[in-house]
Amino acid sequence: MSDIVLQMRGITKSYFGVKALDGVSLEVRKGEVHALMGENGAGKSTLMKILSGLVKPDAGEIEFEGSQVQIADPQAALNLGIAMIHQELNPIPEMTVAENIFLGREPRYPGTPFIRRKQLEEQTRRLLEEFQFRAGPNTKVGTLSVAQKQMLEIIKAISYNAKLIIMDEPTSALSENEVKTLFQTIDRLKKQGVPVVYISHRMEEIFSITDRITVLRDGKLIGVRNTGDTEVDGLISMMVGRPLDAIYPKEDALIGETVLEVRGLTRLPYFKDISFSVKQGEILGIAGLMGAGRSEVMRALFGIDRADGGEVLMSGEKIRIKHPSDAIRHGIAFVTEDRKELGLVLSRSIRENMTLASLSRISAGPFVSRSAEAAACDDMLAGIRIKMNRMEQEVLTLSGGNQQKVVIAKWLLTSPKLLILDEPTRGIDVGAKAEIYRMISKLAREGLAIVMVSSELPEVLGMSDRILVMGEGEIRGEFLRGEITQEQILECALGGGRIA
Amino acid sequence: MMRKYGLIAILLGAVVILSLVSDTFLTVTNLMNVLRQVSINGILAVGMTFIILTAGIDLSIGSLMAVAAVIATSIVAHDPGAVGWALLAGVAASGLLGGVSGTMSAKLNVAPFVATLAMMTIARGIALIYTNGRPIVVSSDPFKFLGQGYIGPIPVPVLIFIAVTAVMGIVLYKTKFGRYVYAIGGNENASKISGIRVDRVKIWVYVINGFLAGLAGILLSSRISSGQPNSGMGYELDAIAAVVIGGTSLFGGRGSLLGTIVGVLIIGVINNGLNLLDVSSYWQQIIKGLIIAGAVILDQRAKRN
Repeated sequence: MSDIVLQMRGITKSYFGVKALDGVSLEVRKGEVHALMGENGAGKSTLMKILSGLVKPDAGEIEFEGSQVQIADPQAALNLGIAMIHQELNPIPEMTVAENIFLGREPRYPGTPFIRRKQLEEQTRRLLEEFQFRAGPNTKVGTLSVAQKQMLEIIKAISYNAKLIIMDEPTSALSENEVKTLFQTIDRLKKQGVPVVYISHRMEEIFSITDRITVLRDGKLIGVRNTGDTEVDGLISMMVGRPLDAIYPKEDALIGETVLEVRGLTRLPYFKDISFSVKQGEILGIAGLMGAGRSEVMRALFGIDRADGGEVLMSGEKIRIKHPSDAIRHGIAFVTEDRKELGLVLSRSIRENMTLASLSRISAGPFVSRSAEAAACDDMLAGIRIKMNRMEQEVLTLSGGNQQKVVIAKWLLTSPKLLILDEPTRGIDVGAKAEIYRMISKLAREGLAIVMVSSELPEVLGMSDRILVMGEGEIRGEFLRGEITQEQILECALGGGRIA
Repeated sequence: MMRKYGLIAILLGAVVILSLVSDTFLTVTNLMNVLRQVSINGILAVGMTFIILTAGIDLSIGSLMAVAAVIATSIVAHDPGAVGWALLAGVAASGLLGGVSGTMSAKLNVAPFVATLAMMTIARGIALIYTNGRPIVVSSDPFKFLGQGYIGPIPVPVLIFIAVTAVMGIVLYKTKFGRYVYAIGGNENASKISGIRVDRVKIWVYVINGFLAGLAGILLSSRISSGQPNSGMGYELDAIAAVVIGGTSLFGGRGSLLGTIVGVLIIGVINNGLNLLDVSSYWQQIIKGLIIAGAVILDQRAKRN
């Protein structure tokens, strides 16, 4: 009994009459990594907000380390020893590691506002050593990698004597190597008996590091499982509430003429001598580790960055692309990796976002025809189901999956011959993922050539006709569907042990 | 939406209160007076709305007004009938200088604040050199008509302001260009990737803003019957204030022309009212500042809900 650190019971929370959480329980034991899973909107973040004092529950009780507690605000959560590592980290870049960790509680000379620098550094050094953190206490935080910043947040949490750490999508911005480091840190926390509540959409991570899994759906507790006794398929059907016969609905499409051919495309130092081609109806998967140069190739191909050399041919004809508008004119569409930064104008409506790349098609001279615009949008929405209240709604208010569908709709409205998808399902819940896979499959069947860059190996393996593996800015290998396993892709990507 | 109506309510509230406390406020003469007074700031604020929607700012418009004014007045000083040429030359000059600011910010990556701050002093210098620092006196009646004339009961500057608003409203809401202005302010990277020539759109926004500043400057010179190289100083602040009161976000991508017009009218009505009530001009400054701060605070609240 004493190994239960946290017990939440009957937690209920409504927003405007809609139940975000309905009698949910969560039990976390000492030294375990506990996954909290569910689709977007299932109630995971509300539950965690309640635990970290950001939101007050309507009903329910929380028992922490054996005693009943009220968590009135984030400070109260911190005082109890509950720390949340946020998706978006916000350490202060101009301050040092030590200053960030002890921000607001620096050791001072008694009775003065002056900081005891020696002591500050010493305390920091001890903490850093404990976690084998490579940078020193006086390193500026701005110079650290994302993974190091994250680790810094964790160390900071530990320095507050955290007894429970919540990690919300901690690997979303990390490279493969950095993920390893994070997992080592989590292991260390486990050994110290500090439990971690781990929220992630990535199945592989869930299965490699968590001990138990709590699944939520539509604000209700669906079940708790030991990770060891669970299969991916079973977990997914718990999350979506229906059996998913196939997550990857890849259908065989008729492969036609070559649409795109790239010869010797180079942009130093990011990638060099990249050559490949895609045909109508074909899905070309591009796998590789983060930083392998995959997105950079696509950016150069699309005219966002300037290539140093190489040729691009569309339907056998050499084309020059100096700006994305050239690429669009030649029938290339690019669903970028980062929806919020590169894909959408969040402050504008669904309608305006959908037609942004194809305004000329629905305009007479300089004037946009609202009727042509409405017709184009209606047409598109017949094929893509976007959950929304109205077309004039800001895209900011949509969920990740629906935002992604708006981006895809925007590009389909340009009537492309080639569709480039960069991490098309990142940060999207399982249900929306399956829907996007179905869409991709259908587009290929309709004769579109598709290039799909993805770091999720099951997705690459499940969807592609052909797979290119990139590493360190070069193409390391090319494989046909069914010819290669995840391990082989990784091996190929790492390429003879040369790891940066 | 709530916000727009809120602003209009503030404007109507001010009108009601002023008509109760002052006998002269709600007369045709005074209302026309108010409209004439706001038309110059109104024209400036329309251009500034475009600039701020792209997440930019233009501090140079006061100086651009002076450049256009001295060029236009120097032409009519030579040939009193050449009003068309005077307008064209003045507006072309200020448009060109606006284009220089736009190019600095779009192509050379100078922050608009800095680029237009530089242009503010450069253009003022140009106006001073062009005139040797002396005002150019205007005696041309057709030129004076622009700022002082009436068509029916309506002052000419008011008609020009209405025409400018109508044309720019069509540009902003009915054309691709208008869409691009909003998109660039909302997310420049996504706009570029969607095939928008972001640099060109931005430069054109500064050129258009330069045109409108020039037009406003020429109207001012016509009204005071002289081309003053020192005219227009501080006018950028009233224009920015009107845009901000009107609810356009300084971060770009959000806002409306209607909001700006209401913002212009609020400033105009309150200025006029305070004058009618004999409030000292010192106090007027404080009251105007409070209104700007209040509008922005309301805006922040509205956003949070």
